[in-house]
Amino acid sequence: MEAEAAKFLGAGIACIGMGTAGIGLGHIFGNYLAGAIRNPAAADGQFGRLIFGFAVTEALGIFSLLVALILLFG
Amino acid sequence: MATDPIHQFQIQKIVPIEIGGVDLSFTNSSLFMALTVAGATAFLLLSTRRRAVVPGRWQSAAEMTYEFVAQTLRDSAGNEGMRFFPFVFSLFMFILVANLWGMFPYFFTVTSHIVITAALAAAVILTVIVYGLWKHKLHFFKLFVPSGVPKVLLPFITLIEVLSFISRPISLSIRLFANMLAGHITLKVFAGFVVLLGSFGVFGILGALLPLAATVALTALEFLVAALQAYVFAILTSLYLNDALHPGH
Repeated sequence: MEAEAAKFLGAGIACIGMGTAGIGLGHIFGNYLAGAIRNPAAADGQFGRLIFGFAVTEALGIFSLLVALILLFG
Repeated sequence: MATDPIHQFQIQKIVPIEIGGVDLSFTNSSLFMALTVAGATAFLLLSTRRRAVVPGRWQSAAEMTYEFVAQTLRDSAGNEGMRFFPFVFSLFMFILVANLWGMFPYFFTVTSHIVITAALAAAVILTVIVYGLWKHKLHFFKLFVPSGVPKVLLPFITLIEVLSFISRPISLSIRLFANMLAGHITLKVFAGFVVLLGSFGVFGILGALLPLAATVALTALEFLVAALQAYVFAILTSLYLNDALHPGH
């Protein structure tokens, strides 16, 4: 296989990681929403934790995006 | 592709300066960092110039920004954390204004370069380590040894805690830089589709409406990301400072 083709394939494969991070983010926001509907009074106080969980989970997806970007443009 | 989506991130020298073989040129990156500082300073100074008991629109915008960061810091690091408020607020304003400047077409996004975000993250982590060691001496290392863990698990937990501490500056800098980089590349690629389809005659122009709508929607999303990333950076800084202030779990 040509090196250029392998690069593009690798970038595509790296993007799978972004999809799995998307699953994780969906879990976080879905569960937050479910909790917020059950107890709306407590929802605002947990917003910081929601964003923290979002940031930590998103970082992993961003890492795989970075791998893809390095393969494509690096 | 008609235009290179990476081209917008190139650093160009405006005033070449070289001292002793070290390249200290005034680049477009330096220009926009100066603009960022000028923008944040102007916003805060002008909006609080005429201080009123009942704030006007600009003054309440400035007060809301202040209160928002103060509340974030107080919630995650407690009242002792407020001694770091100038630091956290400066970081928040710098990143927010830099991200928002980057949203203008043809403007340079300062935070889309890892060297900038890595410097910001290093400032945060060094503050945490130096302050934690100065305040708590060797008790600072309790951070890595959580209490109430079975003896068998303790070495593994400590290893994981150390690894998670080491990955903090990396993830802090890469998150901000990659978010801004990826967002701007996506915008540029979709805008490139508009030009490409537009050159194919009438049907092409009709088809180009689709990526045009996507570009508008993505711009709105990018504004959200610009503000959100500044907030994420501020809240993570507060949480890490909390570790320096209260190392025992």
